[in-house]
Amino acid sequence: MTNSVTAVAADLSKITTGAGDYQADVIIIGGGNAALCAAICAAEKGASVMLLERAPIAYRGGNSRHTRNFRCAHAAPLGVLAGEYSEDEFFNDLLLVTKGNTDEVMARLVMSKSSESYDWMTKQGVIFQPSLSGTLSLSRTNAFFLGGGKALVNAYYQRCKALGVEVRYNTTVLHLNINEGECDGVLVEADGVQTYIRAKAFVVASGGFESNKEWLQEAWGEAAKNFLIRGTPYNRGEVLKQVLEQGADSIGDPTQCHAVAIDGRAPEYDGGIVTRLDCVPFSVVLNENGKRFYDEGEDVWPKRYAIWGRLVAAQPNQIGYAIIDQKSSELFMPSVFPATQCDSLPELLQELGLPIDEAMRSIQQFNEACTDGDFHPTELDGLTTKGIEPEKTNWARPIDTPPYYGYSLRPGVTFTYLGMNVDQSARVTFNGIASKNVWAAGEIMAGNILGEGYLAGFGMTIGTVFGRIAGTEAGDYV
Amino acid sequence: MSDTSVVKLNMHDEAVRQLTVCNSCRYCEGYCNAFQALTRYRSFDEPTVSHLANLCHNCRGCFYACQYTEPHEFALNIPALLANVRANNWEQHIRPSVVSRLMQATLWPYVLITIVFAVLFTFVLNVSWGSSEPFYSSISHNTLVLIFLPLFILPWIALINGLRSYWGSIGGQRLVMADITHAFGSAASMKQLSGGQGQGCNYESGEQYTSIRRWAHQATMYGFLMCFASTSLATVYHYVFGWVAPYEFFSFPKLLGVFGGLFLSAGTASLFYLKIKADNELGSVQRRAGEYAFVVLLFLVSTSGLILYWAGGTAFASGSLVIHLAFIATFFVSLPFSKMVHGFFRLAALCREAQIKRLA
Ligand SMILES: Cc1cc2nc3c(=O)[nH]c(=O)nc-3n(C[C@H](O)[C@H](O)[C@H](O)COP(=O)(O)OP(=O)(O)OC[C@H]3O[C@@H](n4cnc5c(N)ncnc54)[C@H](O)[C@@H]3O)c2cc1C
Ligand code: SF4
Ligand code: SF4
Repeated sequence: MTNSVTAVAADLSKITTGAGDYQADVIIIGGGNAALCAAICAAEKGASVMLLERAPIAYRGGNSRHTRNFRCAHAAPLGVLAGEYSEDEFFNDLLLVTKGNTDEVMARLVMSKSSESYDWMTKQGVIFQPSLSGTLSLSRTNAFFLGGGKALVNAYYQRCKALGVEVRYNTTVLHLNINEGECDGVLVEADGVQTYIRAKAFVVASGGFESNKEWLQEAWGEAAKNFLIRGTPYNRGEVLKQVLEQGADSIGDPTQCHAVAIDGRAPEYDGGIVTRLDCVPFSVVLNENGKRFYDEGEDVWPKRYAIWGRLVAAQPNQIGYAIIDQKSSELFMPSVFPATQCDSLPELLQELGLPIDEAMRSIQQFNEACTDGDFHPTELDGLTTKGIEPEKTNWARPIDTPPYYGYSLRPGVTFTYLGMNVDQSARVTFNGIASKNVWAAGEIMAGNILGEGYLAGFGMTIGTVFGRIAGTEAGDYV
Repeated sequence: MSDTSVVKLNMHDEAVRQLTVCNSCRYCEGYCNAFQALTRYRSFDEPTVSHLANLCHNCRGCFYACQYTEPHEFALNIPALLANVRANNWEQHIRPSVVSRLMQATLWPYVLITIVFAVLFTFVLNVSWGSSEPFYSSISHNTLVLIFLPLFILPWIALINGLRSYWGSIGGQRLVMADITHAFGSAASMKQLSGGQGQGCNYESGEQYTSIRRWAHQATMYGFLMCFASTSLATVYHYVFGWVAPYEFFSFPKLLGVFGGLFLSAGTASLFYLKIKADNELGSVQRRAGEYAFVVLLFLVSTSGLILYWAGGTAFASGSLVIHLAFIATFFVSLPFSKMVHGFFRLAALCREAQIKRLA
């Protein structure tokens, strides 16, 4: 059972600046994709490396253990990747989703290093597979990991072991001891004991703060209590917060996060990919008061699932109910939790706990507003309602064929965007000046490139490229 | 039988629960054809679960790659689940089920049967241990045939009946040649044991991939087939051509027998070693003893044959012959009730898979 992780207060009296031996050349904070890439590169440079992972071994790898692919530019077919995906096309895709809210130099740096990363990853033992059933649209742009992100993480830990990286699990970094942009050591907690560890260089790769509900509440208010966290419970962002407090430049908006609509019955943390629910385009979605609130058929689901996280978050008690009928029951990826199923609509509404009269009225209005036309589940078919608010502009078919099915929807947070500013060598900046010996990689600095929006598979690309840069630079430095 | 059906029911519910998680995830699709087949379904009835289970070869890739294994509340363990479903299938279809259940799960029947045969061969056939009489002259060929023929035939009847029953239960239809060639092609190359992308499997080395199991299994299977061919060929020589054993080293029966025996011994010894190294919890825990018994028996069949070959003309000849024959007899008697059936069910599953794809 995954539970939320409790906060530990740092005992700053344990910090002994400048005293005691270095326990490693390079300390890596975190144990996900970015951290592992950095650890491998630093060790390959001959540095002695210590990796501090807060999670126990069974949960090592943060959000990276839940991933399935990374986005990769390539001029010609590359491994499992078909055709061509130029850096320009990649960049245009990014411009579209971020609405221009990106840093072109940094973004192009990631893109230009993505295709050599494919080979690098293969050399470290990562194995790719052809794109999964149901994800053919990504077969040109995204390389899928055989077995998913946990297999990738396993391969990297194996590689770390072979390179002699010292990995410490169940070890939480509480504090980086930074003076004028230079770090002397870290305060860590393991088994309830706090100790101070000195090293020459530090790579911060401890993810965002998405699992920190108190912090999410600062940005989202009470609503955040009902958010589900799709990934690891260990990314609580203390390191981020604390390094920012010590003068590191922040980047990104604390209220921005990637949130999708997921099955309301998902576990509070770590539900991962299986809690997704792809039925919305074929549904009528009601809020707790039995009212529709958004065009369910605005676009294909891969382009809309991320905005539905926010839409549901804005509803009373942060919950929505997707209702479909027999006609649509097999048009989307199977869901992990069975739908609530009834032979009559009022029965279903009652079982879902919705106000029956109001909800029935919404569905009847919707049904009456449906128009005739051809239905095409896999493309925008223009089958729209006429005369209701909001309209449903594609795939609008009356809900009238039993059995009826209902799913609850909740906002599922993937990751947060607030991070620390870095330069092109992944060094964290303090008042615009690059730190001497602190680098950052992964989710914790993704805000440098993703101002808003998200491009599937880009998180792992950013983490891999910047993890490699940070590790190489840190290895060179010591 | 009511309590076994309860167990079965719970296991099916558990299978549905776990496979439903996989079906909304599908990260393991690249490992094997069980996962590729899984994506065809939206729900899992018993025949479907059985079919998937017999497509799985317990490589364990999908365990070490799974983000939902314990302590996660979804508690997935697909390799163990499918191993149990698979073995339940064998036990259910290969009748008498009581015998199947006993021999899939325990070791002592094998020991007992071997002892009985050794005694039988010694006393009934009046073999004097410690003689150097050459092959076949201590037991007349016709006596051998008399004992072995029913031992050959009865188990095969049980096996064929069991396979027919299984085939019917998974909704199998009339086979065409293409299904069979497809299945045999895949089995011959042990395509699936490549792990999907040639990386091998996680069977014995935890999260690391290796190809040892593939090679060990390949040596075992081809070694076994060579030994089988050797015996069959010798029979043809005997009856059709009237050429009587022993044969020279540079004869087909001898070469096949000796090299087949070497492969089989080396293969089974490796499989035994891999089994010791592997994590029990990812297989059918209750059937561990039976699985070991089977591997050891195969090893002893070939190794005793090699010893017999080496002992020819020495004072150990007759003793080794008795022991060798006892192991072989045990092997054939237990054939459909032992882990040996996995190969036949797997072939059936591969045929069915080819058929489903052809009909789609
Ligand atoms: C369900 C899901 C699916 C996703 N799918 C994809 C995908 O297919 N492709 C893609 O590109 N992106 C995907 N993402 C996003 C992706 O997971 C992230 O962008 C990426 O994993 C970030 O890597 P990281 O190394 O920065 O962070 P993480 O992998 O989250 O690693 C952070 C690490 O830091 C550790 N840590 C945290 N705090 C401390 C501390 N105080 N002390 C020590 N250690 C600490 C954590 O335990 C963890 O090991 C997905 C995310 C989720 C939740
Ligand atoms: S075993 Fe785990 S990772 Fe693999 S498909 Fe099933 S749920 Fe996904
Ligand atoms: S154990 Fe291997 S063969 Fe069996 S289902 Fe898992 S990946 Fe496939």
